[in-house]
Amino acid sequence: MPSDTPTSPATLPPEISTLLDSQHLAVLATHRQGQPHVSLVAFAASADGREIIFATTRSSRKYANLQVDPRAALLVDSRGHQEADFHRGQALSARGPVRELSDPDKASRLNLFLTKHPHLTDFVHSPSCALMCLAVHRYDYVSRFQRVIEYRITP
Amino acid sequence: MNYIIPLTEITPRDQPRVGGKGYALARLAQHGFQTPLTYCLTVNAYNDYVGTTGLRERIFMELNRKDFKEMRWEEIWDASLRIRNLFLTTPLPSPLQTELADFFRASLADKNLVVRSSAPEEDSARASFAGLHESFVNVRGEEDFVHHVILVWASLWSDAALLYRQELGLDIEKSAMAVVVQELVVGQCSGVAFSRNPNDETQAVIEAVYGLNQGLVDGVVEPDRWLITRGTRRLVHNPPPVRPSCFRPEGDAVALVEMPPELAAAPPLSQEQVWQIYDMALKAESAFGAPQDVEWTFDQGTCYTLQSRPITTVAADGQDQRPWYLSLRRSFENLKRLRRRLEEELLPAMTVQAEELQKQDLSSLADADLAAEIERRHEIKAHWVAVYWRDFIPFAHGMRLFGQLYNDALRPADPYEFMALLSGAPLASLDRNRRLAEMADHLRQDRDQAEKIRQGEINALSPAVQQLLNDFLSTYGDLSCPVTGGQCQQGPQAVLHLVQELAAHPPRLVAVAPASIPALTEAFLSRFAGAKRTEAAEILDLARASYRLRDDDNIYLGRIEAQELKARQEAHRRLAERGLEVPGDLPTEELSRALLDGTYQPRVPEKKTTASNQTQIRARQLIGQPAGPGLAQGPARVIASFSDLTHFKHGEVLVCDAVDPNMTFVVPLAAAVVERRGGMLIHGAIIAREYGLPCVTGVPEATSLIRSGDALTVDGYLGIVVIE
Repeated sequence: MPSDTPTSPATLPPEISTLLDSQHLAVLATHRQGQPHVSLVAFAASADGREIIFATTRSSRKYANLQVDPRAALLVDSRGHQEADFHRGQALSARGPVRELSDPDKASRLNLFLTKHPHLTDFVHSPSCALMCLAVHRYDYVSRFQRVIEYRITP
Repeated sequence: MNYIIPLTEITPRDQPRVGGKGYALARLAQHGFQTPLTYCLTVNAYNDYVGTTGLRERIFMELNRKDFKEMRWEEIWDASLRIRNLFLTTPLPSPLQTELADFFRASLADKNLVVRSSAPEEDSARASFAGLHESFVNVRGEEDFVHHVILVWASLWSDAALLYRQELGLDIEKSAMAVVVQELVVGQCSGVAFSRNPNDETQAVIEAVYGLNQGLVDGVVEPDRWLITRGTRRLVHNPPPVRPSCFRPEGDAVALVEMPPELAAAPPLSQEQVWQIYDMALKAESAFGAPQDVEWTFDQGTCYTLQSRPITTVAADGQDQRPWYLSLRRSFENLKRLRRRLEEELLPAMTVQAEELQKQDLSSLADADLAAEIERRHEIKAHWVAVYWRDFIPFAHGMRLFGQLYNDALRPADPYEFMALLSGAPLASLDRNRRLAEMADHLRQDRDQAEKIRQGEINALSPAVQQLLNDFLSTYGDLSCPVTGGQCQQGPQAVLHLVQELAAHPPRLVAVAPASIPALTEAFLSRFAGAKRTEAAEILDLARASYRLRDDDNIYLGRIEAQELKARQEAHRRLAERGLEVPGDLPTEELSRALLDGTYQPRVPEKKTTASNQTQIRARQLIGQPAGPGLAQGPARVIASFSDLTHFKHGEVLVCDAVDPNMTFVVPLAAAVVERRGGMLIHGAIIAREYGLPCVTGVPEATSLIRSGDALTVDGYLGIVVIE
């Protein structure tokens, strides 16, 4: 696969945007010296799917891991914890580097995040909390149990 | 008891769990109609079965492999067959098994039974499923009873029922099936009554046959018909020309038997009985408040009502698709007749047609006559294409019929195991490949000759190979032309190129050695005895004809298409002499007009451009149908145009829209086959199986998301294609 086949945001299919919009929690994977670590995070995706925003305290393990190696993967899926998940479920994994947001980039992302998760207002405004951004390089979208399509996004 | 309700205890509240047929029978009984001993097995039994065994999710996973709207008719056939096999190989959970066994022993032991479908969606005025689900007559014994209940459940997912439900927009995830179990009334004559003729509402119609109803329902026995004018009670009797046969219970099934001559001469109903049935139909109409289609039987002077359902309103615009869906299922008798028609009339007529066209000397025709000839040939081709769809395509059902019989008898883990018994037939494309392999053998043994040919010295061919080549070209054409038998005058290069590529690698053998077929055949036939064994052998023979024709019909049609092409090529040649170059796919009218009018500039159809953004996404793993077991890796060769075939290399994966019989000559070089068009019994799948190649069909994005050179893994067990 040549890595020079970019996709423009407009070509992200509607089922991916719908999935990103409909889900509130995602599984974030980081690592420490090769030891994988996964955590559940509240997230919000930008309309073009290029950014995934989440929040974490600076004392968390995922934050520490990302300081050492910013590479991360994130899984969003539509599980309903029912048998029908096998034919109905969709899973989307995103890959890319994570950075901590600061002004002037931060305000608009904070707004995006809180529009989706208004109940987390106190949490994200705490001085100990960091707003993070995963810059998506690639999505792997799984549907129909085993159909897998990759979407590459150039920075 | 949660699963079984006797007819007399059914209340309106039960309608959703006893289904349309069961509820209608309960109402008939309450209105005093004579009905056979009847019980309803509720949808709870079905739901517990598919729920606790995991079958429900397996069905949805099967049907969700791709968008249902994108599934071709054949893919729906296949999904349906696989689902049916899941039912056949999934035993009942033990509480249900125990309950059914206790019920059978207490209420049904020693009775001959009818096991009928009764879906809750069925028989509403909006959706008449009449004939789409299965019913079984003359079922005996506990094991057979349970088996047929499972088959009725499975028929919820029959191809025709799936298509019809899709058409009506019903949610398949909510579908369930109840079952009506009745004591079989062995009537002396049986039939149907329409309280209103669907085609003329001033009339009622009664149809009657001797024996059981089966022949009437699937059109095998022609009935006596009475038309009654409702107001005036005027009666008109239309007897059939002959009454040669009728259906009777025989052993644990029903059979078509010859009519005793004393009965054959007289109609099955007396006039008095006709009125009795007419009155019953009117009574049903008034009980249900709508015109009814009533099934009845006469036994020893008593008239039993077997079922009643509303007559589906004939849509004003004639949009009822049900007859078409029903035509998907063909009975054995129907297929036998179709086979005779194909083998004795249509194929010979196609050969005669192609020969007649071939004899004509096109070069001697005046331009105007050539133009007329092109149009004539275009119409002739269109005629045979229509015949192909009408008669040849349905004959593929011969394989399905056999597959179902095989799966019922042997319940194999692989629902397509039966294909092994069909392979080894003398297929035209295998014969073509055999001849190519023979030439390749010569070159393998004579490296010197092979080397010279590689350098373009055609004269270096030994006389033996030259002879094989000439025979090949005269029988199958030169492979340069997309139409079988077409003489495109390109010379033998394409054939020689292919033969060289074949010779550079070890020969590929056809997978199933014909020697194993007699043993497999016997293993199948040994499950039957007596008349059933004879019928099983006949169905196998029919299936083999169906398998063979699936391949050969394209070749017969191809010969006629080649003759149209030949006339068009003559026109192209003449236009080129005038200095006018036109594309090969110019519409017939434009071509004729250009031929007749030297100044006319034909309108060239615009080429469709493929969307460029398709290259921006990349498939990692695509789903199709598992159409040939096995696992293989190799670079993709995507066939976009016919010339891509000539570049085909040993070990590549053939990726194409549809394997046409005219491209199967590269299959012996291929590592695996991937097709956009779906189906287990389509040409590509058949040929891949013959060579033992992994094959995945029905991959919607096969030719758009896979590119030549992509490293592929083809998983023919699971029906997936992985792109590295």
